[in-house]
Amino acid sequence: MQKIVLLGDEAIAQGALDAGVSAVYAYPGTPSTEITEYVIRSKAHRDGEVVATWTTNEKTSMESALGVSYAGKRAMVCMKHVGLNVAADAFMNAPITGVNGGLVVVSADDPSMHSSQNEQDSRYYGKFAQIPILEPINQQEAYDMMPYAFEMSERLNVPVLMRITTRLAHSRAGILLGEKTPQNKLALPKNPRQFVLLPGIARKQYNLLLENMPNINQESEIAGFNKYYEGTDKSMGIITTGIAYNYLMENYPDGINHPVLKIAQYPLPTEMVRKLYNECDTIMVMEEGYPIVEEQLRGVLDNGKKIFGRLDGALPRAGELNPNIVAKAMNLEIPEVTPVPKLVTPRPPSLCAGCPHTDSYSALNIVMEEFGDGRVFSDIGCYTLAALEPLEAINSCVDMGASITMAKGAADAGLVPAVAVIGDSTFTHSGITGLLDAINSKSPITVMILDNGTTGMTGGQPSQATGKIEDICLGLGVEAEHIHVLNPIRKYHDDNVAIMKQELLYHGVSVIIPRRECIITLGARIRAAKK
Amino acid sequence: MKKDIILGGVGGQGILTIGATIGTAAVNEGLFLKQSEVHGMSQRGGDVMSNLRISSNEVYSDLIPEGKADLIIAVEPMEALRHLNMLKPDGWFITNLKPFINIPGYPDMALILQEIDSLKHHVSLDAEEIAKNIGSVKVANMVMLGAAIPFLDIDFSAFENAIKMIFGRKGQEIIDLNIAALKAGIAETEKFL
Repeated sequence: MQKIVLLGDEAIAQGALDAGVSAVYAYPGTPSTEITEYVIRSKAHRDGEVVATWTTNEKTSMESALGVSYAGKRAMVCMKHVGLNVAADAFMNAPITGVNGGLVVVSADDPSMHSSQNEQDSRYYGKFAQIPILEPINQQEAYDMMPYAFEMSERLNVPVLMRITTRLAHSRAGILLGEKTPQNKLALPKNPRQFVLLPGIARKQYNLLLENMPNINQESEIAGFNKYYEGTDKSMGIITTGIAYNYLMENYPDGINHPVLKIAQYPLPTEMVRKLYNECDTIMVMEEGYPIVEEQLRGVLDNGKKIFGRLDGALPRAGELNPNIVAKAMNLEIPEVTPVPKLVTPRPPSLCAGCPHTDSYSALNIVMEEFGDGRVFSDIGCYTLAALEPLEAINSCVDMGASITMAKGAADAGLVPAVAVIGDSTFTHSGITGLLDAINSKSPITVMILDNGTTGMTGGQPSQATGKIEDICLGLGVEAEHIHVLNPIRKYHDDNVAIMKQELLYHGVSVIIPRRECIITLGARIRAAKK
Repeated sequence: MKKDIILGGVGGQGILTIGATIGTAAVNEGLFLKQSEVHGMSQRGGDVMSNLRISSNEVYSDLIPEGKADLIIAVEPMEALRHLNMLKPDGWFITNLKPFINIPGYPDMALILQEIDSLKHHVSLDAEEIAKNIGSVKVANMVMLGAAIPFLDIDFSAFENAIKMIFGRKGQEIIDLNIAALKAGIAETEKFL
């Protein structure tokens, strides 16, 4: 059969479509974005058979997916790892309700922080929620796991977390497609109180989850994704998680003599781990992520057999693995490499030529000269690049929406005036509630909502804020005379500087909306119109 | 058969199209493929690279081990040098010579040329110039892919078919232009062999 070439993200999307998913919800975030983009491009979605929607944030995504599950159909929700923090309230309660239709949550982690502010490991969330976790080792397995994930979710009455990392998400491979499963029919939950988490019901539901744990544990032993490979050299047994298996095998093209336990499903398969531990003198743990398995093996006392991993320095404590790091840990010879010539200089990402953000920041920088450094709180998006040369315009970037609330806090502490700079899509994702806080306490802050009409950094997905920002601000209670829409182009630089200065001097909440379309989406629109 | 290839360039220069074309050709020939790409923040005018691995056996790692790449194919000369640590000692270094200068302190081109000329196995060409002569500067990336084809052990017809699959929607003219670019790239490499 012909293979099709898909990114890991796309393999998950195709797997979900073939597994009879009825709805997919997501907020864009690297490295998860291409899952939902693929579903949106699919014939099934274009024909109206599968719902696929970018939502306001990951929490609304997660809750919508839970609603689909309630109605008896299969749902998938996709996000980057830090998005799971936003969805966490719904995510942590969904195991208590259980599911009706199968529910799969995909969280794409970004070890080494290629496009993220931390490298948190979503497997902790899966463990925290006490649900099964799938961690495919390659694109084909990611595809193959999807029908199983939905089926297991329904059979065990729990949401299933699929955890992937950047290199799987953004790497292509040839995929063999499997059978197609039809979608579920609409069907209410058999128990009408299943989704009513009043304390009395929640206690019963939680007990159901706990009683279910042996089944969930057993699944990891028998499903076939965790594999024990026998080996003759028992001086060391090796546990790999996720794609670490590939880096190990890359170093042993003719096969490896050590016993290897390949983990791709959690909770940990206790029997397999015990067998490896009993058989071998020492254990090496290779994890693409935090040392979560290693910590569990060591326990608090760490007084068993010698264990190598990220915690003892055999592997680096931070960052993604690669074939050479694994080779070093295994004491294999590493070839001498040609050094990179010294003249090669860094080429960091930068705002595009013609980007509206450049004009917004150029004006803001002039204004801030008067008020002094260290007062501009920013957020997550292309505009965060203003932290770097040549603009060097912002002083913070922490999490979605934190610009407004950190500016409010700094103003509360006496840093007046304080400025928040946030993108349009980030504003509706998590900025609105913080703005309401600032309005209710009449905080002396100026909020700049950079409206380029898109979610730019992730490739130009539609922004839920488009056409609504002024009305949202007015509705929250920003005074009409302190809302200004600017055109951030060089021609209006002086006017824009004047308005920003005037609002910085106002002792209350002002909102300034520099509005000009993203130069990339504008270009794409013009090209599409020509065709 | 096994080829490990590093693709290098600046975001927006079309290295992903080179990767997609080689990848499609390889999979159509029944080879195994892994191609790791960079998406997200780095695409905004920063350096981008892709690890492309094709083999008659299953490929494990998405990343090529340091010092083991058979080829570097780059659409920008400094970006080609950025990945020199990935190339194996007898590997081939194939680069466009037209610099993409979007940063302050871009190194002196004469020094870059000196570094490239000091490499035993290199093919260097002005892909923009060649592409312009064929009909469009936009196919410079396909000229670079053409320059690499003599090292890939895949039939030229497989690349022609891949081009037809990838650019089919854009019409015969675009297909012909891209195939002409491949041929021009091959001709350049023959001068170095």
